[in-house]
Amino acid sequence: MRELTYGQGIKEGMRIKMLENPDVFIFGEDVGLFGGCFGVTSGLFEEFGEKRVRDTPISEGAIIGAAVGAAAVGLRPIPELMFVDFSTVGMDQLVNQAAKMRYMFGGKLKLPMVVRLPSGGGVAAAAQHSQSLEAWFTHVPGLKVVYPSNAQDAIGLMLTAIDDDNPIIYLENKTLYAVTGQVEDEVKPIPLGKANIKREGSDVTIITYGKQVYDSLKAAELLEKDGIDAEVIDLRSLYPLDKEAIFESVKKTHKVVIVSEEAKRGSYAGELAAIIADECFYECDAPIKRVCALNTPIPFSGNLEAYVLPNADDVVEAVKSLF
Amino acid sequence: MKISNETIIEMYEKMVKIRKFENRAMNLFAEGQVGGFVHLYIGEEAVATGVCASLRDDDYITSTHRGHGHILAKGGDMKYMMAELFGKETGYCKGKGGSMHIADATKGILGANGIVGAGHNIAVGAGLAAQYKGTDQVCACFFGDASTNQSTFHEGLNLASTWKLPVIFICENNGYGISVSQARHQNITDISQRAVSYNIPGITVDGNDVFAVFEAVQEAVARARKGQGPTLIECKTYRWRGHFEGDPTVYRPEGELEQWKKKDPIPRAEKYILDNQVMTQAEMDQLNKKIDAEVEEAVDFALASKFPDVASAVLDVYTDIVEEGRTR
Ligand SMILES: Cc1ncc(C[n+]2csc(CCOP(=O)(O)OP(=O)(O)O)c2C)c(N)n1
Ligand SMILES: [Mg+2]
Repeated sequence: MRELTYGQGIKEGMRIKMLENPDVFIFGEDVGLFGGCFGVTSGLFEEFGEKRVRDTPISEGAIIGAAVGAAAVGLRPIPELMFVDFSTVGMDQLVNQAAKMRYMFGGKLKLPMVVRLPSGGGVAAAAQHSQSLEAWFTHVPGLKVVYPSNAQDAIGLMLTAIDDDNPIIYLENKTLYAVTGQVEDEVKPIPLGKANIKREGSDVTIITYGKQVYDSLKAAELLEKDGIDAEVIDLRSLYPLDKEAIFESVKKTHKVVIVSEEAKRGSYAGELAAIIADECFYECDAPIKRVCALNTPIPFSGNLEAYVLPNADDVVEAVKSLF
Repeated sequence: MKISNETIIEMYEKMVKIRKFENRAMNLFAEGQVGGFVHLYIGEEAVATGVCASLRDDDYITSTHRGHGHILAKGGDMKYMMAELFGKETGYCKGKGGSMHIADATKGILGANGIVGAGHNIAVGAGLAAQYKGTDQVCACFFGDASTNQSTFHEGLNLASTWKLPVIFICENNGYGISVSQARHQNITDISQRAVSYNIPGITVDGNDVFAVFEAVQEAVARARKGQGPTLIECKTYRWRGHFEGDPTVYRPEGELEQWKKKDPIPRAEKYILDNQVMTQAEMDQLNKKIDAEVEEAVDFALASKFPDVASAVLDVYTDIVEEGRTR
């Protein structure tokens, strides 16, 4: 075992595949010389050269679009947009092109591309640099969506994502980049659609991913003091979704709290709640709860931002409301 | 072109204001008193100043992530700006926006913007409204060199030129988009060339010469007010600080910053002012002191102000709906 940061994990996953396959390459704004706005690609420009780690102009439409074209003819691009918020600028290429080409063309094309999108709030970056937009991507048939919470998963999911022949949205939480975690010496690819039970428990199921895994684990510790034994599931992959792991847990605990940083209205957390209500309703003996951000843009001022975003205490309170 | 002494003094004062405000903001960031993303305008003061000196209070501007200079030049109030940087309730945006999102509708300031390229078409819309209502207002659209690679730039220029809208496109070419030099992000050196594609005037001026900027914009504004359509003005300049505070600027060739510091727009204006006896050295010193005091007042105002009440977090999402606050 060794210790790596989340950011280093993302990099390691890309690096392994770049060493293995000359068709894998990275491009995006400031990913080369500068090493990425959050330092994730640092050193790769020096190691692999400008051909495979390219700085692009500020042109999100061209970044995603060029990835689609390159993938369609056989390369395996890893485009990065600096913030998930800027995906709006490249959204046509993602939603109408990347997600639909294979289907529209009757299965004739493969689009192996991994779009890296730093997400989330908590860094005083205000409304246009702090969003959690996973529901937009999970909503679009044709895209797969992963969201690692730690270095080990960041590597394992990246390895799988790069080898996958479909467009993958790889969400990263920017407050986690410097968070260290234990990593196996040789990380194995993590299959998409396999959740990870971070903590076993018998009284309530907390379903989450990304940064909220940490909040939820903290909440579980606090709840233990009150005699509530919480199970915490880190989804890791939002689509495909590990329904089996969710239903197994619900059958055991009969109570569910879903935690995400999204604005609550129209969130993926809502989709998860709907799936459970739809397919596992009779196993629940309490309302399915969602702990999310308020339905506002993310404000700048620290106290407002903290007020809007969910935290561990919110999870504790939501769980307690079920007992 | 003869520029009145009054205008010269006004422009000098604006540039010094911007410089001093930015220096103070830089220190406050370093001290950890101001957080988030802070993009400073130091070195580029002549652009915003020369542009806004040609505008009226009822004209519009769109700004960028590097907006402090534009806002001050268009008449923004330092106190409310400083308070916004601190995230205080007395700030321009009640603490919701921060450095990157300052706006003042009463001064026609349609907002600093966190999305590179977003202003191009918002400016087109403001110009459209002026044309639609039959006023002679104009909109100055500020944007960086690297933003001209967004499709919005091309869409905006195309629409404005086709509809002959009163928009003055001001490109602040500081040679970089974060770490990527102009030579690495586009295949041209003079962005004004792009005007050719839209059949509008495109000119390049020394963006560190406030008088050159002023003259170019005067002409463009006059054309726009007469219904003769948009102009693209490229101002060559340089940012002294990193892209944002905290940027180690490893991408800069050695000596580049020093070369540009020699072209500092403020001493250049001072020299002109003294040579032409627009002001005496003593008068300039006096003015500098006044501005120093104004900046300190702004900081004091910000420090004395309160952080917003958390209940305000759910206001202003809509004009009418108040979102649910925390129940927890
Ligand atoms: C759509 C979008 N893409 C990327 C960014 C990140 N970003 C912020 S400023 C910037 C560089 C802008 O360069 P330029 O337009 O030349 O303005 P300058 O910073 O030099 O004033 C980048 C890439 C952003 N804010 N929005
Ligand atoms: Mg620039």
